[in-house]
Amino acid sequence: MAYMKKELGLLTLLTLPFISSADWLDVNMPVGVTDISQDVFGLHMLMFWIMIAIGVVVFGVLFYAMWKYRRSNNKTAADFEENHKLEIAWTVVPTIILILMALPASSLLKKMYDHEAEEGGIDIQVIGWQWKWQYKYLDEKVGDKPLSFFSNLTTPSDQYETNQATKGENYLLEVDEEVVVPINTPIRFLITSNDVIHSWYMSDFAVKQDAIPGFINVAKTTINEPGVYRGNCTELCGERHAYMPVVVRAVTRDEYQDWLQSKKDAAEQVAFLTEKDWTLAELMEQGEEIYNTRCAACHQMNGAGIPGFYPALAGSDLVLYDKPKHIEILMEGVRGSQMQSFAEQLNEVEMASVITFTRQSWGNDRAGDGEIVIPKDIVEYKQKDS
Amino acid sequence: MSAVVESHDHHHGPKKGLLRWLFTTNHKDIGTLYLWFSFLMFLTGGAMAMGIRAELFEPGLQLMDPIRYNQLVTMHGLIMIFGGVMPAFVGLANWLIPMQIGAPDMALPRMNNLSFWLLPAAFTILLSTAFMEGGMPGFGWTFYAPLSTNYPNIAYFVFAIHIMGISSIMGSINVIVTIMNMRAPGLSLMKMPLFVWSWLITAYLLIAVMPVLAGAVTMLLMDAYFGTSFFDAAGGGDPVLFQHIFWFFGHPEVYIMILPAFGITSHIISTFSRKPLFGHSSMVYAMVSIAVLSFVVWAHHMFTVGMPLVAELFFMWATMLIAIPTGVKVFNWVATIFKGSITYETPMLFAIAFVVLFTIGGFSGLMLAITPADFQYHDTYFVVAHFHYVLVPGAVFSIMAAVYYWLPKWTGNMYDEKMGKLHFWLSFIGVNVTFFPQHFVGLAGMPRRYADYALQFAEWNAVSSIGAFLFGFSQLLFLYIVVKAVMAGKKATPQVWDGARGLEWTVDSPAPYHTFEVPPKITEQTKL
Repeated sequence: MAYMKKELGLLTLLTLPFISSADWLDVNMPVGVTDISQDVFGLHMLMFWIMIAIGVVVFGVLFYAMWKYRRSNNKTAADFEENHKLEIAWTVVPTIILILMALPASSLLKKMYDHEAEEGGIDIQVIGWQWKWQYKYLDEKVGDKPLSFFSNLTTPSDQYETNQATKGENYLLEVDEEVVVPINTPIRFLITSNDVIHSWYMSDFAVKQDAIPGFINVAKTTINEPGVYRGNCTELCGERHAYMPVVVRAVTRDEYQDWLQSKKDAAEQVAFLTEKDWTLAELMEQGEEIYNTRCAACHQMNGAGIPGFYPALAGSDLVLYDKPKHIEILMEGVRGSQMQSFAEQLNEVEMASVITFTRQSWGNDRAGDGEIVIPKDIVEYKQKDS
Repeated sequence: MSAVVESHDHHHGPKKGLLRWLFTTNHKDIGTLYLWFSFLMFLTGGAMAMGIRAELFEPGLQLMDPIRYNQLVTMHGLIMIFGGVMPAFVGLANWLIPMQIGAPDMALPRMNNLSFWLLPAAFTILLSTAFMEGGMPGFGWTFYAPLSTNYPNIAYFVFAIHIMGISSIMGSINVIVTIMNMRAPGLSLMKMPLFVWSWLITAYLLIAVMPVLAGAVTMLLMDAYFGTSFFDAAGGGDPVLFQHIFWFFGHPEVYIMILPAFGITSHIISTFSRKPLFGHSSMVYAMVSIAVLSFVVWAHHMFTVGMPLVAELFFMWATMLIAIPTGVKVFNWVATIFKGSITYETPMLFAIAFVVLFTIGGFSGLMLAITPADFQYHDTYFVVAHFHYVLVPGAVFSIMAAVYYWLPKWTGNMYDEKMGKLHFWLSFIGVNVTFFPQHFVGLAGMPRRYADYALQFAEWNAVSSIGAFLFGFSQLLFLYIVVKAVMAGKKATPQVWDGARGLEWTVDSPAPYHTFEVPPKITEQTKL
C-alpha cells in the first residue's frame, strides 16, 4: 500500500471539497474511523476516478461519433473491419489498468486479513439471532460465565408500524444495550449465528462479516475516535431483517473500565431481585415491556400471531392450561422453528414477568387456569435442569 | 402421388383457433408464445416492483408488513429472471435462429412445444403459493439456507424450479442441435451471425449449470422434509456449501441473461450505422472467454462469508479479468459506429442506451470485484444499482430493441416510430431516475432487502420510487405499440431496414409460416 500512499492522498485531497459538505456524505461511502476504513475509502475513490476517466474517454468517442457520423452529416458509411494494432491496444491497455488496480487492492486485503490476537486487545463474540445481536465479552467474567447481553431495537413500533409517532433522529438505528468498546485497542469480533445467516455490518469500521451458524468469522478493528457508530444486519434473515441494528459506543479506556464494572454490578443485583416477593401488577408491568420488545414482532401485539408463521398466544391451550410446558418452551425454544431459547436473553425476573403477562392478557386470565409465574419458579426450573 | 400433394398443401398455413397454440410445433408460433408469456411475466414482476417501490417511498411500513415485502422482493426476482428475461431470449431464439441460419424450423419441434408449455405450469405452481397459508417464498431469489429450509410452502418453489430447469435444458438442447446440424450449406461457424453465436454459447452455459441448480433445490427439499442436514450446521452440515453450489449456477446464469443481448446489440448497431460489425471474430472470442470465465468467478458473490485470503484473491483477480473481453465488446460497438452513416430509429436508440448503461453497470461491477471495497458495497443498494443497470437497461433494453427491430419482419407492419421513440425516452429517463440514486444510498450504507430504512436515505428513495413508477407505467405504452403494429400499420418491405444484413431479411415481411424449406446458398457475396 505504501507505494500508492501519495496517489491516494492526492485523490483524497481532490475529493475533500465534496467530503466537507454534509450532503455529500449521504451519497458516498463514509471515510470511517479506523486506519483500514480510511484505506478502503481511498481505494474506493481511486477506483471511482479510474472509472470516471475510462467513462469520459469511451463515452466521449462514442458521443462524438454519434454526432459526427449521423446520416445527415455523412451520407455514405465507410466499409472497414478489424484493425489489429487497435485491437491489441484495447486489450493490452485495460490489462495494465487492471493490474494497477489489483496491486493496491491485494495488499490492502492482506492487511485486512490479519486476524491474530494482540497483546492488550479484547475479544468480543457476536452472535446473530432472529432478530437481535448478542455480545459476549470473552475476557470479562460474571461468576463463571463471560459478560453477555442482548442488543434489541428500541425504536417504538408506533414510529414504523402505525407511523403515528414522529420518527426519531436514530430511527431504526437505536438499541437498548450498545456494545461499549475502548478506542485505540485492537478488538476482535468473533462472529457467528444461532439460527439463520446474518451479517454484521459497521460501515465506519469497513467491517462486514457474515454470521453463519457453525462458523466463527473474525473481524479485527482498532477504532481511532470515540463516538457512537451505527450499522445494520446485511444478510436477509427473515421478517425483521431491517430491525436488528448494530450500535457500537467507542469510549476511552477509563470509561470502558467503569462501564465493565457497572455491568458486573448490575448482574449481581439480579440475584437479589429473584428473592423479592413480586406482585401481579409489578410482573405485568415489566412483562408487557418485555413482550413488546422481544415477542410482539412474531406473536403480534394482540397475541394473535401470524397464521402459517407464528402461533397465536391468545387462547392457546398451552398458555391457558400448561404452565410447566410454557416455561420449558421459553427456556429451551422449539427446535426446527423460529422460537428460540430465551434462557440467556432474559433473567429470572424478566422471564417470569413475560410468561405471567401472556397468561394474563387478551382474555387468557378468564379463559384459562390463570396461574402466574414468579421468579422463583424459573430458579427452580434451572436447578432441576442442572 | 395424390397423398404427397395433399400433405404438401397441408403445410401452408397454421391451424385455426386456440388449439393451434397448444399443439404448434412451428418455431415462429412457439417464439410468439414465449415472447407473450415473457411480457405477461414482465408485467407481473413489474407490478411487484411497483409494490416494493411504493413501500420504500418513505421510511416506515405503510402498505405491507415485512413478510409480504420479503415475498414481493423474492417473487420479483424469480419472475423477472426465470419468467421475464430468459423466456424472452428463448422466444427470440425460436423466431430468429432458424431464419438466420437458413433452416426450415428448430431441429426438435415437439420438444420445443413441450419446453414452452412447461413454463406456464411452473409459474402457476410458484404463484399458487400466494393463495396458501404461509404465502409465497420470502427468502430472496437466492434462497440461502438455512433461512429457506424453514420456510412454509418451499416444496412448491422447489418443484417449480425443477420444471423451469427442465424447460431450459430442453430449449438449450434444441438450440445446440439446430445450430450444429441445420445451417445452410456454406454457412461456416465463423460466418454465423452473432445472435446465433451468442445463443450457442448461452445454451451450453444453461446445460452446464441448470442441473447444478436442480441439485441445490433438491438438497434443500431433503433438508426441509426428509431430515438430511446438507446445510444445517446443527446436523453437521454446511450453510456456506449452499452458497457455493448456488453461485456456481448463479454466476453463469447472469451471463445467460446478457450474452444474447450482446448478439442483438451487435446486429442493430451494424444495421443503423450501415457498416459491417468492426470485429466479428473478436466478438465471438470475447463471448467465449466471458462464458469460460463465468465458471471461475462465482465466489465474488460471497466475499464476506469468511473465505481464506487466497480464495478471496483468486476470485478477485478472476473477476477483474472479465473486464477485458467485456471491454473488447464495448470498443467493438464504438468502432462499428465510427465513420458510419447513422440514423436513430427506436431499435438503435435502445441499442445505444444499452451500450452506455450496460457499461456503467460494468464500471460498478469492476468496483464490486475489488474485495476490500466490496466489504463496504456487499449487500447494499450499490449492488442493487449494479445488477439492475446490467439487467434492465442491459438485458431488458436489448429485448425491447430486438422487438422493435424484428417486429416488422414478424408482423409485416411497421410500428409507430413516434410512439416508439416516446417509449424509449420515457424508459431511458425512468430507468436512470430509478437506479442511479441507488448507487448513492448503497454507498452511504443502506442494506438491500430492507422493508424499512433509516431517515438519511429518505430523499433518494423517494426519487427512486418516482422513477420506478415512470418506468413501470411506460411499459403499458410498449404493449400498446406492439398490439397496434400486430393489428395494422405501414406495410414493411422484406428488407425493412436498408442497412440490415442477414438471411432473415431475404424472406417476405411478414415472414411466411414456413421459411427456407429449401436451404439458401451461402456464397462470398451473401451479406451476413
